[in-house]
Amino acid sequence: MDPYVLKTLNEERRARRAVVVVTDLGDGRDRIVREGDQVAGDLGAAIANAFRTGNSRSVDAEGRTFFLNAHRPRPRLVVIGAVHISQALAPMARIAGYPVEIIDPRTAFATPERFPDVALHAEWPEDVLKRAPLDSYTALAAVTHDPKIDDFALKAALDARCFYVGALGSRKTHAKRVERLLALGAGANQIARIHAPIGLDIGAASPAEIAVAVLAQTIHAFRSRGLEEKGAVA
Amino acid sequence: MDESIYLDEARDPLIIAEGWMKDGKDVAIATVVETWGSAPRPIGSHLVIDAEGNFHGSVSGGCVEGAVVTEAMDVIGSGKARMLEFGVADETAWQVGLSCGGRIKVYVERLG
Repeated sequence: MDPYVLKTLNEERRARRAVVVVTDLGDGRDRIVREGDQVAGDLGAAIANAFRTGNSRSVDAEGRTFFLNAHRPRPRLVVIGAVHISQALAPMARIAGYPVEIIDPRTAFATPERFPDVALHAEWPEDVLKRAPLDSYTALAAVTHDPKIDDFALKAALDARCFYVGALGSRKTHAKRVERLLALGAGANQIARIHAPIGLDIGAASPAEIAVAVLAQTIHAFRSRGLEEKGAVA
Repeated sequence: MDESIYLDEARDPLIIAEGWMKDGKDVAIATVVETWGSAPRPIGSHLVIDAEGNFHGSVSGGCVEGAVVTEAMDVIGSGKARMLEFGVADETAWQVGLSCGGRIKVYVERLG
């Protein structure tokens, strides 16, 4: 392995960015491919598949055998709002493989008693996200109903290209939210990425059912993210 | 279950290999590149080895690491990468193998 490849690989992994290490098993030469880099032909298609699935494998292309090692950051879910839905969502998402962080500056809501065994921040999203920025392997669900708390986080999620952005509220509520996000400088096509009303349409009524709908939508967004971004700006 | 979204710097084999490299050590990196049947570690798993035989990470559940480390010393010496294949342990033979019944292919290369 090229020392530069190892150094770059570790830098990218620390920064929670996906890369594929491509090694020619014939001559041992290797290189790093970043998500969005254009690689032509069968090798390019195999690399795109490795990014999408996270699966590493050997592939024959151009008369050679390459090993593709996919290094994807672990997905996570950031929830804005320590509310009833979040109490159900946190354990469900963790079981499904999406560690959860909950942010809510309202100290009456964000208590360890209500949220045992969850990474919980009783602070404003502005402060938490400065320390631990959002990224494209993070999903964000805003469920406080309070623009003062939700809006900044939603704008930050769009800017960071979070793989999923959902916001609780009726269509009417969301129409007003769109106006506010436009005023904050978000583009209309960015805002169109927000799932609102939040969650897959399974007729969810109770907080726990809404949590199921949000988790299902998050999983769908993650598992189809490579496909969705095809043709989008690299 | 490890639920951290950040790298475990103290145990991550690739981070350790980079540290060894910065310390001026000779290093080999072993990678599982193919598996058949019930392999203990997934494709892409790493074992890193230095010239003194220190190692971190794993390519199996501990069944073949000893053999990989030995091969890695040769690879560090020669600079020539090797492809190793391990199958089911044969109780009548001396060779190392996987007790789980699977087969794995491990690529061993020198760093630099």
